[in-house]
Amino acid sequence: MENSPLFKSGHTACAGCGQAIAARLVIEAAGANTIVANNTGCLEVFSTKYPETAWGVPWIHSLFENSAAVASGIEAALKYLGKKDAVNVIAQGGDGSSADIGLQALSGMLERGHDILYVCYDNEAYMNTGVQRSGLTPFDTNTTTSPIGSLSSGNVRPKKPMPEICAAHGIPYVATASAGFPQDLIRKVKKAIAIKGPKYIQVHVPCPLGWRHESNKMLSVAKAAVETGLYPLFEYEYGALAARRQITPKPVEEYLKLQGRFKHLLNNPEETKKVQDIADNNIKKYNLKLETQAPGA
Amino acid sequence: MKEFLEGSHAIAEVIKSCQPGVVSAYPITPQTHIVEDLAQMVSNGELKSQFVNVESEHSAASVVLGGSAAGVRVYTATSSQGLFYMQEVLFNIAGMRLPVVMTCANRAVSAPINIWNDQQDSISLRDSGWFQLYAENNQEAVDFHLIAYRLGEDKRVMLPVMVCMDGFILTHGMETVDIPEQEKVNKFLPAYKPLYKLDPENPISLGLLADPDYYMETRFVIQETMREAIGYLSGISKEFSDVFGRDYKDMLVEEYRLKDADKVIVAMGSVCGTIKEVVDEQRAKGKKVGLLRIISYRPFPYARIYEALKNIPKVAVLDKAVSLGAYAPVAADVKSLFFGKKKSPKVISSFVGGLGGRDITTETIHEVFRRLNAKEANFDFVDLKPELLKEEYGE
Ligand SMILES: Cc1ncc(C[n+]2csc(CCOP(=O)(O)OP(=O)(O)O)c2C)c(N)n1
Ligand SMILES: [Mg+2]
Repeated sequence: MENSPLFKSGHTACAGCGQAIAARLVIEAAGANTIVANNTGCLEVFSTKYPETAWGVPWIHSLFENSAAVASGIEAALKYLGKKDAVNVIAQGGDGSSADIGLQALSGMLERGHDILYVCYDNEAYMNTGVQRSGLTPFDTNTTTSPIGSLSSGNVRPKKPMPEICAAHGIPYVATASAGFPQDLIRKVKKAIAIKGPKYIQVHVPCPLGWRHESNKMLSVAKAAVETGLYPLFEYEYGALAARRQITPKPVEEYLKLQGRFKHLLNNPEETKKVQDIADNNIKKYNLKLETQAPGA
Repeated sequence: MKEFLEGSHAIAEVIKSCQPGVVSAYPITPQTHIVEDLAQMVSNGELKSQFVNVESEHSAASVVLGGSAAGVRVYTATSSQGLFYMQEVLFNIAGMRLPVVMTCANRAVSAPINIWNDQQDSISLRDSGWFQLYAENNQEAVDFHLIAYRLGEDKRVMLPVMVCMDGFILTHGMETVDIPEQEKVNKFLPAYKPLYKLDPENPISLGLLADPDYYMETRFVIQETMREAIGYLSGISKEFSDVFGRDYKDMLVEEYRLKDADKVIVAMGSVCGTIKEVVDEQRAKGKKVGLLRIISYRPFPYARIYEALKNIPKVAVLDKAVSLGAYAPVAADVKSLFFGKKKSPKVISSFVGGLGGRDITTETIHEVFRRLNAKEANFDFVDLKPELLKEEYGE
């Protein structure tokens, strides 16, 4: 890949980091006239170690949980200066900073109607601090704070429904995306940027270290999550489901078997069935199944 | 223009004249009237700010951080739990060298919950890298906000400033205040021109990760700036008095009838009005007493206080805050500055009073002077109620 002027190479992300690729796609889709506020987390740490920065756009990191509020202040200042129409504002952070500790600030930003795109890079755990579970860690995931043991098969709860929580604010646009589907991600970012008001995009970004898969398998792991129905790709507009990517569902084992964090499920049909139920539920809820033509019709 | 009005309203008036581009706050007693007034001014079109109604103080501080980083003048106000909820953002604002100005309407902290005045909230944030200026009355509270913007936005400084005013006593007190005219404000406080800002024309990164090779120096330079700012304050104060005719001298301390005094109280904020009353009364009776009022608590003017107190035999520090398990905060600072010095008071006693809004009366001040004797007091409180301290548990 050629070097991007907006997110330059040379940063210290792990090989195969889904978040690094997604962050670059997001800023390239948004363009140079963009100001970014970033939460604490892997992305901030690997892209801006003083005295270097990967960012070719104005970029600010304040704290772990406040990028939505910092971005609100930036947007307000741009409005005051009469420059808001010329400049995009993006707030971004990991799943932990967005869905847990920063949820209040994010909700405030959505509710107040700021013209900001919020991007949540969902690697499904607190990676920067060593793979602890977050509110977006999937059911039965083995993490350092939801370890498997004789009494546990990992994280006890399914993912917090963040897209729905955001959509319930009645904002113009909510979408899920995946590092495994770059064109789809770019399209969604461009679409979001063109809409005035608060927007939320949650991007599934594999983490080879935390998910324990080979670093050259990033794309196939990301794709498998979508193709099994475990990470449905959809769009909400003004609170109503507007579009989804349809699939020919694969069994969840196709996804689970690629990653060390789910290894304990492989010879456990009972637990695997519970994960399959989550996928089936998504497939039904979002109507993900591609209609096959009825024979003879 | 002289007006008889509530302290909070006076603050809103002066903030209006400073024309911040972004105002953000979250309600907490006794700060509320200030931000309600500002909201109304924005609503009436008198103030052309973006007023961001946030869901918490953490976000209020984060919004003004973002606004300031984007290059505009900003304002927030809070109190007590709200200030504590802002804490990590406040350290962050200072570390990023953003000249945010805030009002702290000083109030006690929980538990037990108490909405009345003491200074525990702001004093607990003394290490945050914010300037702290303590007002005695509403005229000062108003004027100090103008000085705060000039100081914080000074290219040699670039740090946030907190103006501390005692909750209820000042915020809700009615006083005659000279509200600075816009023309004069414009003369004293030019439009804010940031040194750097978030701007697509010239993209920079702010808030980077600094490893052990770089972190220490960021702290050292703030420390140096704070020390140098002790000198800048008198220059700014001189310009202030040239424009507005009110002279706050070096803005560090006020010496009140210190000459030849043998007993002096050191204090901050509105309680100094009461102390002055008692000093006048005692002086009329020939007693040699005085007051040293600290205006700038951070930076702490060590040399200035040394000069003021070095020949005073007995000094009492009256703190409206505690450092539980240690000497009271202002007392500890005053005591430490005399360590190893040639000249020093014989006695520096520490008294804690006025916590959670307990009234500090002229009688309290008389009591402090009485207890300021040859025996140094280190953990004394004034106005305690012994009947509330009886042990009630046990067999
Ligand atoms: C208030 C606060 N609590 C905790 C931390 C420690 N911390 C820093 S990054 C991080 C994990 C980030 O997880 P996530 O938001 O999912 O981003 P990721 O690193 O996984 O991309 C944590 C817990 C902090 N910096 N601040
Ligand atoms: Mg994460």
